[in-house]
Amino acid sequence: MLRINCPFCGIRDEEEFDCGGEAHVTRPENPANLSDDEWSHYLFNKVNTKGILLERWRHTYGCRQWFNMARHTVSHEIIEIYPMGSFPSFNGMNVENVVKEVEA
Amino acid sequence: MNLSKQINPLDRVTNAHRVNPAKPISFKFDGKTYVGCEGDTLASALLANDVTVVGRSFKLHRPRGLMSAGIEESNALIQLESGSGYDEPNARATLIPLYEGLNAKGQNSWPNVNRDVFSVLSLFHRMFPASFYYKSMMWPSWHFYEGLVRKMAGLGKLPELPDKQHYEKQNIHCDVLICGGGASGLAATLALAHTDKKVLLVDAQEEFGGSLLGENRSIGSQSGLEWVENTLSQLQAAPNVTMLSRTMISGYYDQNFLVGSQRVTNHLGRSNENKKIRERLLRIRAEHVVLATGAIERPLVFPNNDRPGIMLASGVQCYLNRYGVKAGQRAVVVCNNDNAYRVAFDMANAGVDVAALIDTRASVNGPFQSKIKEMGIPLYAGTMIRKVHGRRKVKAVSIAAHNGDGHLGKTIKTIECDLVAMSAGWTPTIHLYSQAGGQLSFNDELKCFVPNRCDQNISVIGAANGRFHLEECLTDGLHVVPKTLGTTVNPELNISACDEFAEEPSEAYWYTKNENSEKQWLDFQYDVKVSDIELANRENFLSIEHVKRFTTNGMSVDQGKTSNVNALAVMAELCGKKIEQVGTTKFRPPYHPVTIGAFAGRDIRENYSPRLEMPAHQWHVANGAHMEDMGGWQRPEYYLQSGEAEEDAIRREVLAVRHSVGMFDGSPLGKIEVKGPDAAAFLNRIYVNNVESLKTGFARYGLMCNENGVVMDDGVFVRLSDDHFLLHTTSSGASRISLWMEEWLQCEWPNLQVVICNATTQWANVTVSGPKARDVVALLASDIDFSRESFPHMQVRIGTVNGVDARVLRASFTGEISYEISVPARYGQGLWEAIYKAGEAYGITPYGIESLLVLRTEKGYLHIGVDTDGTTNPLDLGWGRAIAKKEVDFIGRRSLSRPNDTRDDRFQFVGIEVVNPSDSLPVGGHFVNSANPIIPVKTMGYVTSSYYSPNLDKCIGLGLVEGASARAGEETFVYSNGKTIAVKLVQPSHFDSKGERLNG
Repeated sequence: MLRINCPFCGIRDEEEFDCGGEAHVTRPENPANLSDDEWSHYLFNKVNTKGILLERWRHTYGCRQWFNMARHTVSHEIIEIYPMGSFPSFNGMNVENVVKEVEA
Repeated sequence: MNLSKQINPLDRVTNAHRVNPAKPISFKFDGKTYVGCEGDTLASALLANDVTVVGRSFKLHRPRGLMSAGIEESNALIQLESGSGYDEPNARATLIPLYEGLNAKGQNSWPNVNRDVFSVLSLFHRMFPASFYYKSMMWPSWHFYEGLVRKMAGLGKLPELPDKQHYEKQNIHCDVLICGGGASGLAATLALAHTDKKVLLVDAQEEFGGSLLGENRSIGSQSGLEWVENTLSQLQAAPNVTMLSRTMISGYYDQNFLVGSQRVTNHLGRSNENKKIRERLLRIRAEHVVLATGAIERPLVFPNNDRPGIMLASGVQCYLNRYGVKAGQRAVVVCNNDNAYRVAFDMANAGVDVAALIDTRASVNGPFQSKIKEMGIPLYAGTMIRKVHGRRKVKAVSIAAHNGDGHLGKTIKTIECDLVAMSAGWTPTIHLYSQAGGQLSFNDELKCFVPNRCDQNISVIGAANGRFHLEECLTDGLHVVPKTLGTTVNPELNISACDEFAEEPSEAYWYTKNENSEKQWLDFQYDVKVSDIELANRENFLSIEHVKRFTTNGMSVDQGKTSNVNALAVMAELCGKKIEQVGTTKFRPPYHPVTIGAFAGRDIRENYSPRLEMPAHQWHVANGAHMEDMGGWQRPEYYLQSGEAEEDAIRREVLAVRHSVGMFDGSPLGKIEVKGPDAAAFLNRIYVNNVESLKTGFARYGLMCNENGVVMDDGVFVRLSDDHFLLHTTSSGASRISLWMEEWLQCEWPNLQVVICNATTQWANVTVSGPKARDVVALLASDIDFSRESFPHMQVRIGTVNGVDARVLRASFTGEISYEISVPARYGQGLWEAIYKAGEAYGITPYGIESLLVLRTEKGYLHIGVDTDGTTNPLDLGWGRAIAKKEVDFIGRRSLSRPNDTRDDRFQFVGIEVVNPSDSLPVGGHFVNSANPIIPVKTMGYVTSSYYSPNLDKCIGLGLVEGASARAGEETFVYSNGKTIAVKLVQPSHFDSKGERLNG
């Protein structure tokens, strides 16, 4: 069970949180203009990295606030927790590429 | 030679370490009374009473004796305290401390383990190879065999009485958790005593000491036992150390979170009738974990190696030294390593006739061999057991030359014996390490898997790390652990010289290659033999995970503690790979079974989940409500009057609403307030409907989809003011939907100025419904004009009712004139009583959920999650035209234009009537095209709701049916449980389909 440092409440056990899947998956501005393939890419295709993955989590049984988390999917190490609407700041990862990959 | 003896179970070897024969304890096994003594386990007491058959194997019902003295025991599974409320199935006799009056039964046998009629199965063992059931139990069908198989399957029996014992849970935080209180674990704790680390030492046994309790070792000038006692007294004085024996760590999860169970009063058995906690589930978070979990000995694999009297050498040694019980009078030791020689020494010193030491290695000549010869024990180097004589107990073994690599020559000698102590070497207990995500590597020299790399904060010491020698264990604990943790090494804690001698290298002996593989056991509990692995290999199972599941090796109650590595090795030999190429199966929690009660703790019965009561709960209960748990809420299903049956009550309530007036407690109805300058724009994206066009004071029925276009929830939403909306959701959807809307706001549209509040429990709601509803509400003290003209359907008014602030909504789920009156929750019962009083003149009838469901089905109103499933989209509900009118995007809209979402043959929402009024319509029945369908048949949809309608005097229903929108009026068939009935597809609304009654 992970220990997660909620930016608003502090360190809590994972059982207070819910994982909302990958972060930085932006909803397309005009879905009607997308082809079926583009829309299904948004709906279903995720990066699902074996390695560092950017996710969004909610402190459901606490402040109910969402935040982003960079987590290693093998070691389960939490590398960084950062606010919604921002990007992680740790070194060693080209975040823009990750985001592009999600949007591609 | 006659090896029978006069049994005195209290006649123990002198200087037995941990038993007191002066304190006898009587107990029962399979109905017979025996006597053991203080310090015994059930297993040692049975052995002292010369009970040789203690269990039966799972598949072939072979007679089985004790195999070990510890947690790895795979034969002596017993049912403890059967039928008393203190039952425990599949308990290992080796782990149960004896207590007065203990009552145990053998398992998987009838009438008892000694005389088991099912043992006839072993004559037909060739019919039961690995996974035989997948191949043979197909004709005519599995169900033909199911009854018999279910009766035969399983080992222990589920207790039938409620558990009379009590459990609890505890959270523990510590700096260092040390798992295992043997030599290395005790040494590590000693090294950390009096430091600033908060240390928790746990051990699964009844007392600390690990294997030292069963051996005769020396540590410096002390015996192993003295060292344990001295160490424990030092640890007891250390304020930073907590020690828990009888505590099994069963699971190792992320970020050093571990779960263990502490057996608080199990050792008291049924005498624990003063409600003391029996077991405690420990949830431990540790900064650092030290695994000192030791090692488990492997059995040698040779024909009939499962006969009673053939035991692990370490088990024989433990029974002898710890409990003072000789497992036999005339023993042979068979091994491929030097460590097992110590067992021969101990037996010979205790007066057991050691008839032979059979060593698979041909050229061995070290200190152990010299000592064996010195003691006059015949050493047969380069030999192996080829044949075991005796069925219910070993009588003799025939040995043959070992020509290398598991190939034996002809029998050279037969040696009479009643005990075989075997050892194929040791397997480090790395289950927890593997659970922690640790990778293993194979150590060729030690012939076992050892820890390699793990991302968690963990260290593995002593035998668990392949460091089997006592001095290595002490070094790991006293020196390596403090260095790893960055504490200073205490210079007073020297490593004393132990009784170690140079060892000859052990030899791989995985199985006997030129003997019958159908008789060489790997997994004793599940009867997996070398032949089963051969079969898996022939059938081309390559992954060891598949081999495990095909053969069931390691899937029994002991989870392969003794069989795993042997099976891997056999697989490796058969496919010509190295063991590390075959790999290991992943170990998963639990390491050892945990009582379900411990997981439940105190969260049982009324404490299982929070119970939500409506404000007028007391009134409902006092007035005959039949309460049911619905989404956590206690809600009336119907109100029983004297002499009424359930159907009568529902019929009475339904007719009252249609013909006069009823009242319903709608308090759990979801109420979400949405407020802010962008509220309308936000909800326009959330709802399928157009929200922005809704005028203040008006209400609209709306649908919500997820991004995949699937309908998630529905309900009436209300515009209270320009920037303030009230959303009604389904009762079970309130919390889910408010969280979901919050997610969109926080994650996707943080720029929108909107706040959301789930106010469901803040408001009580009483719904007055029926042709006379208006007359009733007009009698209430209120500043709201309830007249037909000024307060039409689908509008809302804010004012006071019965002297308190109220919101009144005209929306209807019954199809009759309805007023949904909401007041702050604390006035709920007062409002309920006021309305009941006002309605008395009209015979106002409280109605429950069941009656409401009949009424809404008559009207064809949708019940989300009942009439829809995880594929239903708004188009399937006939919302195509309404959506086309909306100009802007909403969540899920794009998905509705995918080809699959617009197919004509989708399951669409429809009303159903039975053709023959005497038929009833089965919910879950499937639509088929023929009155006599040939099963299996493709489903054309299914019935989602069905009720007898008192107003229409027949069974009506709703359903999802293929292409239903174009099939109105069509007759078709519903199939259920072998019966087909004729039905007609109609529009969903069965009653007042124009909705005239709503306006009255």
